[in-house]
Amino acid sequence: MSVKISVSINGKNYTSEVEPRQLLVYHLREALGLTGSHVGCDTSSCGACTVLVDGLAVKSCTTLAAQVDGCKVTTVEGLAKNGSLHPIQEGFKEEHGLQCGFCTPGMIMAAADLLQNNPNPSETEIRHALEGNFCRCTGYHNIVRSIQWAANKLKETNAAVL
Amino acid sequence: MTYIGQSVKRVEDKRFTTGKGKYTDDIKLVGMTHAHIVRSPYAHANILSIDIDAALAHPGVVAIFTGKDIAAAGINGVPAGWQVNFKDGTTMKEPPHPLLVADRVKHVGDGIAVIIAEDAATARDAADLIEIDYEVLPCVTNPAEAVKAGAPLVHNDAPNNICFDWELGNPKAEVDAAIAASHHVTRLDLVNQRMAPNAIEPRSAIGHYDDSKDKFTLYTTSQNPHLTRLLMCAFVLGIPEHKVQVIAPDVGGGFGSKIFHYIEEALVIWASKQIGRPIKWTSTRSEAFLTDAHGRDHVTTAEMGFDKEGNVTALRVSTFANLGAYISTFAPAVPTYLHGTLLQGLYTTPKIHVDVTAVFTHTNAVDAYRGAGRPEATYLLERLMDTAALEMGMDPAALRFKNFIPAFDGITQPGYQTQVALQYDSGNYEPVLERALEMVDYENFRKQQAEGRKNGKLLGIGFSTYIEACGIAPSAVVGALGARAGLYESAQVRVQPTGKVSVFTGSHSHGQGHETTFAQVVADRLGIAMEDIDIVHGDSDSVAFGMGTYGSRSLAVGGSAIVKSIDKVLEKGAKIAAHKLEAAEEDLEYAGGRWTVKGTDKSIGFGDVALTAYVPHDYPAGLEPGLDFSSFYDPTNFTYPFGCHIAIVEVDADTGKVTLKRFIAVDDVGNVINPMIVDGQIHGGLAQGIGQAMLEGVAYDSEGQLMTGSFMDYAMPRADDLPSFEIDRKVTPCPHNPLGVKGAGEAGCIGSTPAVVNAVMDALTPFGIIKNLEMPMTSQRVWRAMHQK
Repeated sequence: MSVKISVSINGKNYTSEVEPRQLLVYHLREALGLTGSHVGCDTSSCGACTVLVDGLAVKSCTTLAAQVDGCKVTTVEGLAKNGSLHPIQEGFKEEHGLQCGFCTPGMIMAAADLLQNNPNPSETEIRHALEGNFCRCTGYHNIVRSIQWAANKLKETNAAVL
Repeated sequence: MTYIGQSVKRVEDKRFTTGKGKYTDDIKLVGMTHAHIVRSPYAHANILSIDIDAALAHPGVVAIFTGKDIAAAGINGVPAGWQVNFKDGTTMKEPPHPLLVADRVKHVGDGIAVIIAEDAATARDAADLIEIDYEVLPCVTNPAEAVKAGAPLVHNDAPNNICFDWELGNPKAEVDAAIAASHHVTRLDLVNQRMAPNAIEPRSAIGHYDDSKDKFTLYTTSQNPHLTRLLMCAFVLGIPEHKVQVIAPDVGGGFGSKIFHYIEEALVIWASKQIGRPIKWTSTRSEAFLTDAHGRDHVTTAEMGFDKEGNVTALRVSTFANLGAYISTFAPAVPTYLHGTLLQGLYTTPKIHVDVTAVFTHTNAVDAYRGAGRPEATYLLERLMDTAALEMGMDPAALRFKNFIPAFDGITQPGYQTQVALQYDSGNYEPVLERALEMVDYENFRKQQAEGRKNGKLLGIGFSTYIEACGIAPSAVVGALGARAGLYESAQVRVQPTGKVSVFTGSHSHGQGHETTFAQVVADRLGIAMEDIDIVHGDSDSVAFGMGTYGSRSLAVGGSAIVKSIDKVLEKGAKIAAHKLEAAEEDLEYAGGRWTVKGTDKSIGFGDVALTAYVPHDYPAGLEPGLDFSSFYDPTNFTYPFGCHIAIVEVDADTGKVTLKRFIAVDDVGNVINPMIVDGQIHGGLAQGIGQAMLEGVAYDSEGQLMTGSFMDYAMPRADDLPSFEIDRKVTPCPHNPLGVKGAGEAGCIGSTPAVVNAVMDALTPFGIIKNLEMPMTSQRVWRAMHQK
């Protein structure tokens, strides 16, 4: 048994047949080859799989692929435009907000959600917004600075997050 | 352009920030199948029967193998990489660790069968159809309990569950006498709780047998692919090493847990030949909690003697170290040569004795976890120091200043010979404590603390001045201590005909940024641009050999191997340059990527020399073409980073909740190539060390069930659990490696834990001197400590 879904992913339309139990993250990774969204746990705790669905950060490991029928999904692969890093990606590079890189796509997508709603977050607000995402490498110190860097860049260039 | 010392942005980051990193689980091979491991739900049980028929008949299942198949194929268990003998000289007990267990399971998570199916979900579905009858047996999980008479045995041939006992230091009678004669003795009974490393990328392995070439390829989440290949080929499967390529692509963190050779790697390789298709296995987080080697798990009694003035007179330590059910790759070295040897700390303690009993229990294996042994040593030393200061009514900083080993550079002054085998390379310990006191504004803090106490506010400060042994390690030394491998590193520097450079290193980066740091070193030494350098690692077919990355060894050992090869490149390059410039070699100098005849404007660039080496038409007679050199670097000593960490906490008097208000770290890791990356390493280490003090801990219940089997149950630090860190550093170069570097990967994790616990103890002094604070310091534990009679 399978269900037919039609989804816009990173601006491109995909029509697929999926098993009803198929999780969005495995659909992205295995069916579509978008392996930037990672699986770091099985309890929706680590946030490495975070993507935006209709602009909201969701954990794609606890979202069924069938649930996003008709939705607009943005993954980490959809942020860089014309070969230029998105300001959040740039911030992570400039402020050394990543080491092994495994949590990074989820962190970046969580940051995108935050900055859409709060373009000028305080350190406390950033740390609170990241509480659904684990990083084991950085101690979060530089992730906070990366997001602050991105917030400033977005302000300076008067750019929208998405 | 000088790159060394600059915070060069990482070359790795483009692929990681755009989702283009290539981790093992991202790899998809044609015809690939998926494996699921059926694991024991019991800590200790006899397997009476296994019925796989229904599972095998499930649509999509390709094959199922059990322990019987593994035994029938003559496959050995996973070997131990380090042998520690009993005090009486007899060899340690080394029971086999089979890939799959056929008879008696020994911990929850022990592998029993592997199901291979067309997709991962089908393999998991089929697992529900396997029927296994168990006879459940009594178990033991605590190492101090496991050695008692009558405790259930993990292995029949290891009486009292003892793998080995071990001692180090001055004769025990001398230390006993020194303790007995001391003016004051501080004694602590400590539990250094078991930790789950929890790299965010779960382990994964893909085995692929290509019968057309009779060649195996293993993609795996490894910190040391060559070591995995060696152990798997020579000891487990008995397959020829030159027919096996091991690739550790992008690896999402390790922290020690990905050093070891695991059963799943050998299973997917062996089974891929049986079924003629590639097999991928990827751990779930639940499996990671059950089977990624854990860390720490020591039960210790430590006593420190002092004279009237507060000088340390002696240290006596007795530890039960939990090994788990099987000996993991480096497990015997962790509680012994990486722990006992660090008990000198930064102090002039004249008499030291340490006694370690390594114990089997019905739990997952324990092995190196960030710091490995050194955090355990630092924890007991630094808890003793702050507790002793309180007991003797001394200031904890003053007590340390009084006992520090005086400064020595290891060049004009000799290294410092400890009572526990090591010789420290160079050290200057007062400045790190002085700087940390300045950063924390110590006098002012004590005033605030006193003021706060009047209003019931419980502020505390905790110190930790630590040392570690890194740059692991001189092969002859570790060989004499039981290592079954050398711990050198290899590097090949291949200059391409156009003067671009490919560097092949046996170090492996899983977050440390080698592609950047190593390129900075190469660029500076050769005087060329970083963009002209590519760092290749993690592939046993590309890189000659490697011992991998752990023990803060990459730059100190792997970087030194690169420098050796660069030296050879420049030596040969000079011969070619001299020929082209029609000058004597000794008249040349090399700078900025050019050889110049001293005192003239005659010069030739690195690129032209490289091209000449590969197009040797006008070339020195008798010189081989090409510009490509390999080296192995075997260090002459460990390196000894050190530092001072200070925590400031506030304890809620009503609830016992601990809030970490500030964390100050002043570390001395020798010379620094990329300050940004070193700071990042320190930050991450601090978070893990603070996590152990405040939040984390693996717990088994009395039945041997893992109570902390998911991120819902095991509390890892999240962003809002931690403050921003205040860090600085001092630089005492390493005197024995060419870069003067000591290593920064573990420092944060080694120093930080006791600082936090000491700070809580300090905060609670209105309730008396509370010595039995146990980690993690949950509100409940701290509240109970405050209210104990």
